[in-house]
Amino acid sequence: MTHVLDPDALTADTPPRREPPSPYADVTRSESAFRAFLHGLPGVDQVGASSRVAMLGTRSIKTTSKAWAIDTAISMVDLTTLEGADTPGKVRSLAAKARRPDPSDPGCPPVAAVCVYGDLAGIAKEALTGTGINVAAVATAFPSGRASLAVKLADVREAVANGADEIDMVIDRGAFLSGRYLDVYDEIVAVKEACGDAHLKVILETGELVTLDAVRRASWLAMLAGGDFIKTSTGKVSPAATLPVCLVMLEAVRDFRAATGRQVGVKPAGGIRTTKDAIKHLVLVNETAGPDWLTPDWFRLGASSLLNDLLLQRQKLRTGHYSGPDHVSVD
Amino acid sequence: MIGNERLAVRKTYKLYLGGAFPRSESGRTYEVTDSKGAFLANAAWASRKDARDAVVAARGAFAKWSGATAYNRGQVLYRVAEVMEGRHVQFCEEVAAGEGLSQSKARAAVDAAIDRWVWYAGWTDKLAAVLGSANPVAGPYFDFSLPEPTGVVAVLAPQRSSLLGLVSVLAPVLASGNTAVVVTSKERPLPAVTLGEVLATSDVPGGVVNLLTGDAGELGPWLAEHDDVDAIDLTGAPPARAMEFEREAAGSIKRVLRPPATEPDWSADPGLTRMRAFLETKTVWHPKGF
Repeated sequence: MTHVLDPDALTADTPPRREPPSPYADVTRSESAFRAFLHGLPGVDQVGASSRVAMLGTRSIKTTSKAWAIDTAISMVDLTTLEGADTPGKVRSLAAKARRPDPSDPGCPPVAAVCVYGDLAGIAKEALTGTGINVAAVATAFPSGRASLAVKLADVREAVANGADEIDMVIDRGAFLSGRYLDVYDEIVAVKEACGDAHLKVILETGELVTLDAVRRASWLAMLAGGDFIKTSTGKVSPAATLPVCLVMLEAVRDFRAATGRQVGVKPAGGIRTTKDAIKHLVLVNETAGPDWLTPDWFRLGASSLLNDLLLQRQKLRTGHYSGPDHVSVD
Repeated sequence: MIGNERLAVRKTYKLYLGGAFPRSESGRTYEVTDSKGAFLANAAWASRKDARDAVVAARGAFAKWSGATAYNRGQVLYRVAEVMEGRHVQFCEEVAAGEGLSQSKARAAVDAAIDRWVWYAGWTDKLAAVLGSANPVAGPYFDFSLPEPTGVVAVLAPQRSSLLGLVSVLAPVLASGNTAVVVTSKERPLPAVTLGEVLATSDVPGGVVNLLTGDAGELGPWLAEHDDVDAIDLTGAPPARAMEFEREAAGSIKRVLRPPATEPDWSADPGLTRMRAFLETKTVWHPKGF
C-alpha cells in the first residue's frame, strides 16, 4: 500500500511530460535541471549586441536591392489589428488590403497573414479563403496571459475552430520571471497540442523580460517546448521589438537548428514603423540566421502602420517622386 | 607665446525641421560668405531627403495649425514678431553682411520685415470676413463661402532679399493656416537660420515651418513632384527652370504661384495676393430653421 504523500502515487495518473527534441530530451526532467540548463546558456554581451546591430544598421541598401527588400518585407508582414474597437467590417477591409496592398499596382505582393483576435478569426478566414494568406489569431488571454490554463486552452481551441491557421500565444511572464520555467514549458506544450495543425507563435514579450539573457532563455524555452515561431512582443508593451532583442532571438533559432535540426521562425512585432527599420531587420536576419530565414515561412514582421510606409517607398521607387499618405489606405 | 586674443566661435548652422535643429541627412554643409566674399559661417546643405522629412513634419503639423482658431494663430504670429524684435541687432548684422547694405538700410529692411510680420498676423481673423461671403441664393437655405488653407505649401524663398523677402513669402502662407517647407536663399541663408531660432522659441508648433538652407534648383523638382505637397511658391526658383518646376507640379495638381520676372521690391504694399494664392474656398449650404 502506498502512502498518500508518496510522490509517485500523486503523479501516477498525470501523463508524462513531453520531452524536448534530442539532444535536449532530458533537460526538462526536473525544475532544477531545466533551470540549470537555461541558466547555463551563454550570457549575452549587451554592449556587443547593441554595437553589432548599430553596425549592421549602417548597411546601405539601394536601387534593385531596395526594391527586392521592400517586396520581401511586404510579403513578410503580418497585417495586424488588435484593438478593443475592432469590428467585422474593419477586419474585412484589412483582409482586402492584405490581398492587394497597393490597388494601383498589381505587381505588389500580398502580405503573409492577417492577425486578429480569436473571435474575429472566422471573419478573416472567410475573407481570405483561397488567397494563400494565413489567418493568425492571438489567444491565451492576450496580451497579459493572466488566466487559468483551462481558459487559455479554450481560447486557443475556439480560435482554431474559427479557422485560424496560426496561433499567437503569450507566455506567462510572471512564472518565467519568478523562475518557474517548467510551468511555462508545460503551458506551451499544452497550447501546442490544442493548436492541432495550426502553427504556434510564442510571444515572449521581451519588453517585460528586461535583460537579453532572459530573452535568450525564453527563446530556448519556447523552442524546446515546440513553438514554431518565437515572437518578440504583443505590441501593447513598450519597448516592443528592438534590434538587439531580434539579434538574440535570431542567434537562438540559428543555434537551435544547428543542435536539433528543427528550424524555428522569428517574428518581431510592434514598433517597426518605417521601411528603414524593416530593412535593418532583413539585414539582421541575413547576417545572423542566414538566408534560409529570409522567407515569409520563417520570418515575419508584425505591424500595421509599417505596410503603408513600405507602399509609399515602393511608389517612390516606381514613379521616381515622393508619394503621400493620400495614396495609401487609412488603416 | 600665446596672446590674449579670443578665438572666434565659428558656427555651423543646422536645418530647422519639425521643431528641431537637425543636421542635413546628407551630412553636407557649405560656406556662407558676406557680400565681399569673407567667411561668415557654415550652413547645412539640405538634400532631397531633408525635403522629404520636412514635408512629413509639415503634414503632421497641419491639423493642429489649421485647426487652431484664427485668433490664436494671430496671437502666435504676433509673438513671433515680438521675439524677432528682440533679435533686431542680430538680424541687422546678418542682413547687412549678406546683402551688402549699410547699417541704416539694413535696419530699415529689418524694421520692414517685422512690420510685415505684424501686418500678416493681423490678417488671420479678418481673412474669412474679407474673402468669404454669404451668398444670396433663391432657395430655402443659406449659402456661405469660406476660405480654408490649402495644406502643405513648399516655398522657394527669394534669393536676394534674405529677411524682408523671406518674411513676405512665409507669413502669408502661415496666416491662413497652411504649413510651410521653405528653401531659403542659397547665398544669404543666415537671417533665415535666425528666423528658425525665433520660431522655435515663440509658440509656433513644431513642423508648421520647416527651413531648409540649400539650393532651390536642387530641391525644387523634388518638392514640385511630391504628391503630399499641395502648393508651391516658385519665387526663388532659378528663373530658367521655373517653367520646368511648374510642369512637374502639374502631376499632382498643385497650386503654383508663378515667380515674378525679376525679384520685386519687397517694401511695396503686398496686398492680399499671396494669402489668396494658398486658400481654397469651401461653400456650404445650410437649411433655414422654421
